[in-house]
Amino acid sequence: MLEVSGITQIFGGVTALDAVSFSMSKGDITGVIGPNGAGKTTLFNIITGIYHQTAGSVLLEGKDVSGFPPERLARLAMVRTFQNIELFGGMTVLENVMVGMHTGSSAGLLACALKTPWSISEERRIRNGARKWLEFAGIIDLADHTAGSLPFGKGRLLEIARALAVEPRIILMDEPAAGLNSQETVALAQLIKRIRALGITVVLVEHDMELVMDICDRIVVLNLGRKLAEGTPREIQGSPEVIAAYLGDDD
Amino acid sequence: MQFDQILQYTLSGLSTGAIYALIGIGFSIIYNATGIINFAQGEFVMLGGLLTLSCLELLNLPLWAAIPCAVAVSTVVGILFERLAIRPLRHPTPINLVIITIGGSILIRGLAMLVWGKDTHAIPPFSGDNPIAIGGATILPQHLWILAITLIIIIINKIYFYHTISGKAMRACSYNRRAAGLVGIDVKRMVLFSFIISSAMGAIAGIIIAPLTMTAYDVGVMIGLKGFCAAIIGGMSSGISTVIGGLILGVLESLGAGLISSGYKDAIAFIILLLILFIRPQGLFGKADSERV
Amino acid sequence: MKRDLLLFISFSLLVMVAPQLFSGGYLMNVLVFVGINTMLAIALNLLLGYAGQISLGHAGFFGLGAYLSGILTATYGVNPWIAMPVAAVVVGCLAGLIGFPILKLKGHYLAMATLGLGIIMYIVFNETVELTGGPSGLSGIPNLKIAGVTFDSDVKNYYLIWGVTLAVMLFSLNLANSRVGRALRAVHDSEVAAQVLGVNARLLKVQIFALSAVISSLAGSLYAHTMTFISPASFGFNFSIELLTMVVIGGLGSIYGSFLGAALLTLLPEILRGANDYDIIIYGSLLIVMVMYMPGGLVRGIPILFRKIVRKGEGDHA
Repeated sequence: MLEVSGITQIFGGVTALDAVSFSMSKGDITGVIGPNGAGKTTLFNIITGIYHQTAGSVLLEGKDVSGFPPERLARLAMVRTFQNIELFGGMTVLENVMVGMHTGSSAGLLACALKTPWSISEERRIRNGARKWLEFAGIIDLADHTAGSLPFGKGRLLEIARALAVEPRIILMDEPAAGLNSQETVALAQLIKRIRALGITVVLVEHDMELVMDICDRIVVLNLGRKLAEGTPREIQGSPEVIAAYLGDDD
Repeated sequence: MQFDQILQYTLSGLSTGAIYALIGIGFSIIYNATGIINFAQGEFVMLGGLLTLSCLELLNLPLWAAIPCAVAVSTVVGILFERLAIRPLRHPTPINLVIITIGGSILIRGLAMLVWGKDTHAIPPFSGDNPIAIGGATILPQHLWILAITLIIIIINKIYFYHTISGKAMRACSYNRRAAGLVGIDVKRMVLFSFIISSAMGAIAGIIIAPLTMTAYDVGVMIGLKGFCAAIIGGMSSGISTVIGGLILGVLESLGAGLISSGYKDAIAFIILLLILFIRPQGLFGKADSERV
Repeated sequence: MKRDLLLFISFSLLVMVAPQLFSGGYLMNVLVFVGINTMLAIALNLLLGYAGQISLGHAGFFGLGAYLSGILTATYGVNPWIAMPVAAVVVGCLAGLIGFPILKLKGHYLAMATLGLGIIMYIVFNETVELTGGPSGLSGIPNLKIAGVTFDSDVKNYYLIWGVTLAVMLFSLNLANSRVGRALRAVHDSEVAAQVLGVNARLLKVQIFALSAVISSLAGSLYAHTMTFISPASFGFNFSIELLTMVVIGGLGSIYGSFLGAALLTLLPEILRGANDYDIIIYGSLLIVMVMYMPGGLVRGIPILFRKIVRKGEGDHA
């Protein structure tokens, strides 16, 4: 589904990533873990079009998407969420998700401004679709709240609902459990499993080991810019190199 | 198109360019310390000239006393502006900062209009107006004053920023405000200092050019923008790059006005501004900085 | 939805009956300008309040529309109803072309670049004397005519201008509450998040910039035909600042706020008749005060203030 091949990223003298290659299978939940400074976020930003890699390529469903800007990737059904949730604070919760449905409609500037019947029915379709995703994420009751006023945990759910509204085939989440308490993390795990049940491929960068070991089908471990290990949670848990890299203390 | 003409344009362009350089450095100092573009920078240029006029005519001070007086009062205005308009701002988004500094500049200009009226005023040149011949061109003593004083200020600037503790502290703020705060530098004070230095420099620039171009309540707008243009060419540096930027701008403007058309003279600066912002926003001498654009 | 429609209809009715209340007289003339300024403020608000892009050169597009219409009709005898759309298209294309490089800039740099653009346009108006008449202005611009009716009086112009202004308001209100409007606000709140969701931020910004310029051009054309005389002085940096003040005071991101700001700033100089020189001090102070204490503009600040006063009143009684 998604493959990174030989990804190298050099920031003016510092090699953040060194020939990292692995692939993520369709329908899997893949976790990318590693100690701080391993290059996870850099890799993430390269895959999602925010940085340009120095070398290597990113293949989405076999197609080379290296260097594609984020909006183009969204139209290829790849979407991501952010570690520090980037909500549209001035808009309501529902409106946030409705923006997620942007690519699902082509009602343009003139059609919207002139309120053509078509644009009105599109607007209805967008609104209903957005509500459906809010229900899926379990926050439909917050639909009319201002996004900026949400507590962090709910904001995280909103961001995921919004990303799902793009109707992606693959969703990449940057530390989705960051800032959540244990209750919220459990709910998050359930949500991710339900996303997988829809047939969407999930890739997570995470620090929360319990979550990762619980839900991931495959795990890739990065350390100091290189791929250290790759395998099932059991394999990773038993790998001496991984344990050494982490020195056992992580949670 | 004789050499003499070109020399003439170049020389007068150099002295206007020096003024643009001073103003541009003022912009850069505040920008580097605070991230704010102070739209009101040009108004300090205006204040320098008009305040000197008042010191000379109302208070009957001799020139050598009037100038420091004028600079001092301009600096006080700068401090008031920072204290009353910038510091209390609760949501310092770029839009808000732009609007507030524009508001400040309009306010200062409006008050100046009330105090000094709408007429243009002249200030006597510092040492007479006997033309001096250089090659086939002539310059006035005031041109030499401009170049000399600009040079002195640039040297003082260099000494301050590189050889004094507070100057180095200000540079530290410009590289990384957070880190500077963490090592104990009073960032708020540095912001204040940046306004003090910039308003003083602006005032001095206004004083030394006033004998040549007359002064009025609205001279600040254009000259401020051109000073900004110099700063952009120089990549917002508070040193030699902006000086070169100012000189280039002054000379190009002067040559353009003389050789092509004088009506479009002001447009030259803005066309250059747009070109630089479009093609090389980090300035001619800066390194590419993805944050700026 | 229904409430918004009701509000708009009530507002339109108010606009339609206003001339009866102020029949004839000088105020009619001022109200025509309120209409033009409302159009301009809305154009700027779409760009600044919704999309979050600063422009300090909008008077330039206003002037461009005015001069294109004026020159085509007065000098070349083109039918005004052809000249106006032609001007709008030309200005729109120009803005679209300039928009691509200029909207790569952000914050202060965008502000300065648009400022420079506006000033360049002003200088061109002043210097191309053969075309524009230079500083002495361009006169002899014909009034508009529809089906034999010539719009040559204040009352007639009021209805014409406000007809267009109301149409622009409706257009903008529809846009604001639509897929495109949401995308704009999203780009304003977090451009990177919007992009990640598939919004082509760059293209959208350019589209809004062009739309904003087209509306300003339209306002300019109407201005030219109403005044029959135009000069560069109306299209300079000062007016761009006035427009900015209108939008900020009225309320960024609020169409009705733009009307409020435009009305206030057009009527204020008339109210303060004697204090003509004080107007720039007032603008400057207003800008500073509004940004510091009422960043949402009057359209949001007044209800909040009202509520505070009411609450205080209740508190005193308790």
